[in-house]
Amino acid sequence: MAAIANNLVTAPTPPIAANATALTVRNLSVFFGDNHVLKNVSLDIAARAVTAIIGPSGCGKSTFLRALNRMHELVPEARMTGEIRLFGDDIYARNVEPVVVRRRVGMVFQKSNPFPTMSITDNVTVGLRLNGLGNRASLAERMEQSLRMAALWDEVKDRLNAPAISLSGGQQQRLCIARALAVQPEVLLMDEPASALDPLATSKIEDLILELKKDYTIVIVTHNMQQAARMSDFTAFLYLGELVEFDVTKKIFTSPAKKQTEDYVTGRFG
Amino acid sequence: MRTHGGSHFGDRAFQWLTLLMALTVFALIALIGYELTRGSGIALRRFGWHFLVSSDWDPVNEQFGAVPFIFGTLVSSAIALLIAVPISIATAVYLTELAPLWLRQPLTMFIELLAAVPSVILGLWGIFVMVPWLREHLFPWLQKTLGFLPFFKGAIYGVSMLAGGIIIAIMIVPIITSVAREILRSVPGLQREAAYALGATRWEVTRIAVLSYAKKGLFGAVILGLGRALGETMAVTMVIGNTPQIVASLFAPGYTLASVVANEFTEATTDTYLSALFEIGLVLLGVTVLVNALAQLLLKTFAGPSVKPQH
Repeated sequence: MAAIANNLVTAPTPPIAANATALTVRNLSVFFGDNHVLKNVSLDIAARAVTAIIGPSGCGKSTFLRALNRMHELVPEARMTGEIRLFGDDIYARNVEPVVVRRRVGMVFQKSNPFPTMSITDNVTVGLRLNGLGNRASLAERMEQSLRMAALWDEVKDRLNAPAISLSGGQQQRLCIARALAVQPEVLLMDEPASALDPLATSKIEDLILELKKDYTIVIVTHNMQQAARMSDFTAFLYLGELVEFDVTKKIFTSPAKKQTEDYVTGRFG
Repeated sequence: MRTHGGSHFGDRAFQWLTLLMALTVFALIALIGYELTRGSGIALRRFGWHFLVSSDWDPVNEQFGAVPFIFGTLVSSAIALLIAVPISIATAVYLTELAPLWLRQPLTMFIELLAAVPSVILGLWGIFVMVPWLREHLFPWLQKTLGFLPFFKGAIYGVSMLAGGIIIAIMIVPIITSVAREILRSVPGLQREAAYALGATRWEVTRIAVLSYAKKGLFGAVILGLGRALGETMAVTMVIGNTPQIVASLFAPGYTLASVVANEFTEATTDTYLSALFEIGLVLLGVTVLVNALAQLLLKTFAGPSVKPQH
């Protein structure tokens, strides 16, 4: 798809209207072999907002997130039906490479996973170098910009060539966020990004997410109900692979339409 | 607080027992070194350091020097590594990263089967199949295309340094491949996902997430193969030509430290001759230790600090 390829090179973030939709998910089902993990999910993810995906373990949260950048295809025997559009482009169209989709939809994982043999600098710029950006000056500029956005610059600016694994756990996770931001994705997926961190590091990540949503569309999977309530604008509640309820976060947590949702957010099960 | 007497004793006994086992390894190596030194006493006294710089190997006149054999061992092992390392690493990458799941198990089994082929069988195959083929096809072709290099000049006999190197390569491919495969399998899936999520292609994922994470371990796999290559005896003896000489051409016959010991032990009629063969054994031990130490040093210098396991 020419439009996708062009977007990559020229204008990574086209001007987005205030209430624009970043991702349109229609009738999404995902199977791993005979296992029907996600059942007929449809929802719209708003641009420049935080959308939280909540639900008990095994409800398909992570699978849903991974379907948004085709990461679930790494599992053998994975298949999907339905449609996902990213700013109008069908990301599952026959001629679209998953590689291109993942460059537009970045991802941060539950456990921080910097490349241990690389320096802090190299970790941030690795995605850019993969995309063929070799110019030292622009690499350095983009690196600083990404580290600043990830609120890590002040902590590492004096040791940019130190190995990434010399950082603390929370710093490593912010480094991974910087790495994902460096390629200027349009959407950032976060799979329980703070669940392995202590409260202080967690609050830093949360502040960061609130800051990032000014420029990025963020989809976050979380186990932590307070976190979802604090940070997200919209919340989707998944249960047993089905979308039970999707609405403005405030509504989900104060007056949900479904009994199941209420039971879950008030901690009666899950 | 009272400690439980029984378990305390058990702990101590376990510690001493494992220490004892670990010490046997040192004891064995020391014993081998001692026996080799004792056996080579006559040669050591008679030739001294001259043994390590002399190229004469003349049992009739009782003149002995180890240089052609050291040369043969180092060159044949270098050839073997040059051939085996790319094949092994590529195979291991294919097996862990690219091959369809149903193909991985059978392929791995075949590689382990290759490791189980007895050296002498491989040597026989070398004599009757590989060497004639090299003589008729590969060597003439090499001479035609790369004949301007000194390595590919001169008469072609078939049995040669290059044939020895190739047979060693065949023998060390399985060990390097299976160790490398284990190393690559131990690279956390999260590393691969990190690269995939950046929009990396399969090759890029392998390069930035897998190979760079595993490079130190892969180097270790190569060192293991090198250890095997240096000491490889039977199959090499059967195809290398067994001529103690130092020439640039890889088509010329050569000789290795291990081969000369295996080949001439039964003919060593005089005490000096036998003692010289013992000293060859000592030199082989020394070369192996030295090369391994050098490899470790290289590893420390180039591979950088080791990767800490991620939690």
